[in-house]
Amino acid sequence: MSGKLTLGPILYHWDADAKRDFYARIADEAPVDTVYLGEVICSKRTPFFESHLPEVIDRLERGGKQVVLSSLSEVVIPRERNMMRDFCDIEDHEIEINNTAGLFHIDGKKHRLGPLMNVYNEATLKWLSGKGATHVTLPVEVPRSVVGGMAAGARDQGVGVEVQVFGRASLAVSARCYHARAHRRTKDNCQFVCEENPDGMPLTTVTGQPFLVVNGIQTLSYSYLCLVEEIDDMAAMGVGHFRLMPQDIDMVAVAHVFADRIEGRIGGAEARARLEAMNLPAPLSNGFWHGREGHRWQPRMAS
Amino acid sequence: MRPELICPAGTPAALRTAVDAGADAVYCGFKNATNARNFPGLNFTPEELAQGVQYAHARGAKVLLAVNSFPTAGRFDLWRDAVDTGARLGVDAVIVADIGVAAYVAERHPGLRLHLSVQAAASSPEAIRYYVREFGVRRVVLPRILTVAEIRQVKKEIPCEIETFIFGNHGLMVEGRCSLTNYVTGLSTNMDGVCSPAAQVHYDKEPDGCVATRLGDFTIDRFGPDEQAGYPTICKGRYHVPARDDAYYAFEEPVSLNLAELLPQLIEAGVEAFKIEGRQRSRAYVRQVVGNFRKAVDQVLAGEAPELADLVALTEGQKQTVGAFGSKKWR
Repeated sequence: MSGKLTLGPILYHWDADAKRDFYARIADEAPVDTVYLGEVICSKRTPFFESHLPEVIDRLERGGKQVVLSSLSEVVIPRERNMMRDFCDIEDHEIEINNTAGLFHIDGKKHRLGPLMNVYNEATLKWLSGKGATHVTLPVEVPRSVVGGMAAGARDQGVGVEVQVFGRASLAVSARCYHARAHRRTKDNCQFVCEENPDGMPLTTVTGQPFLVVNGIQTLSYSYLCLVEEIDDMAAMGVGHFRLMPQDIDMVAVAHVFADRIEGRIGGAEARARLEAMNLPAPLSNGFWHGREGHRWQPRMAS
Repeated sequence: MRPELICPAGTPAALRTAVDAGADAVYCGFKNATNARNFPGLNFTPEELAQGVQYAHARGAKVLLAVNSFPTAGRFDLWRDAVDTGARLGVDAVIVADIGVAAYVAERHPGLRLHLSVQAAASSPEAIRYYVREFGVRRVVLPRILTVAEIRQVKKEIPCEIETFIFGNHGLMVEGRCSLTNYVTGLSTNMDGVCSPAAQVHYDKEPDGCVATRLGDFTIDRFGPDEQAGYPTICKGRYHVPARDDAYYAFEEPVSLNLAELLPQLIEAGVEAFKIEGRQRSRAYVRQVVGNFRKAVDQVLAGEAPELADLVALTEGQKQTVGAFGSKKWR
């Protein structure tokens, strides 16, 4: 089996020190090929880490990682529009676009497409690859059959295909900040309460079921999506990149499990057992891949 | 300039009702996954659409065909057929969200008017201009997240028409970017055109007379014995968070959007078309809402204050809001 392991952008509002420490460890210890860096969720958070970016990029590159810069996913107000325009001017690194406003600026220059870009079919991918897209991360909700079709289409276009294989699934974004709302504030006077929940703010149903987590304007699954047992199937279909999403857990250990699996040193069942032995804070799910409810865990069929 | 009133037609009967009540245009979809209201009992066969187009055109109204879900790999033919059929039957525009579908319309049906669905989530002048530049989009349906002041600014920066929602269900999430229903039910809003499907809705009566409403395996809300249990839409439910003692509407209260009071400002901002949500609603709803807004728009254009007292009773939970349109504080 072959394939590259990637680390997606940190979606939560970790403070600058936590992020620097996290990436220092990733640079030194995590067997990932590519690291996506940048604030994807909230434009208000960007000033906290901007000044540290050059140092973190340098550290990751010295550790042998490829760094790709990720854009905002919501672009509405003038500050966000300007940020997106400037982002698309970046020349010294590959960039990943997460909002259509970026496609307006990019016009032919090489770029990657993030998982919120709604690339669901070959026709859309063909159009976008004709305009400079070299790589796509598929929407988290697409099932196996669609991934297979997209991987075949991408091969024809010479486009790289990436699938999220670990971490909470992004389920929705909004213009409203639900973190601020929970604290009876608005987005403009949020006082960055999202910093209190480095793994998302849990929403529990009135009957006590853990259900979703909130991360500012974003809503994610409570469960951790996990496709460690499906990786061989994906690789056989032509998926070449496997994305881990940072959670507030030992991501270096998670990366080692997935790298061992990709390199064929361990089987799917052992990989899953090792993840479960980490006492993760939420159950695992793989329902989307199997065309079922996303929150479900579908046991691997005996082959 | 006289803005158009764009009205929902979930069924052939609703189409006729909306046209008779004064709609300038109706929007509808086929009975399959190609549109974002793929609900049982709703939508049109090609034969029904042919009759609907005839009925509307004979009375000076337009028909806009929603082909606004996202085709998945291997299923593109269904969306292509929907576009081709609509073009053949003489619809006045197709409303699309997917880039592949937009490219197909622009290439194969260059004379067919292209509208950008709210499902495309084009929330900035740059995003809108992208679709205009690449596919010749003539009108954008704006996401329900902008203030009137922001709409006025957007209008100055884009070379196409603007359509805004003015009444009906008040979606909270960025449209076209929500997989909550799929997480809970295994059916996708983007891929299947489904949101909180009725087949997976349960009303669980509890021993104390309370009713818990459930979608799939998850409880969305609980109502007291004397309360009327609302429909379990995930983004309108009550949940617990550590920061609060009681369950609360974590995303939004079950209120409906009603921009009647903002009509003069929206017209002044340059909005070309007003959209009423509700393809899943009854003919009586369509008749009353369309009739009232017809009158209100005409009153505003005549320089009078609009009268809209009758609509509150029709709204979800009988509560209404101007949502994001009034102030940035909504966010």
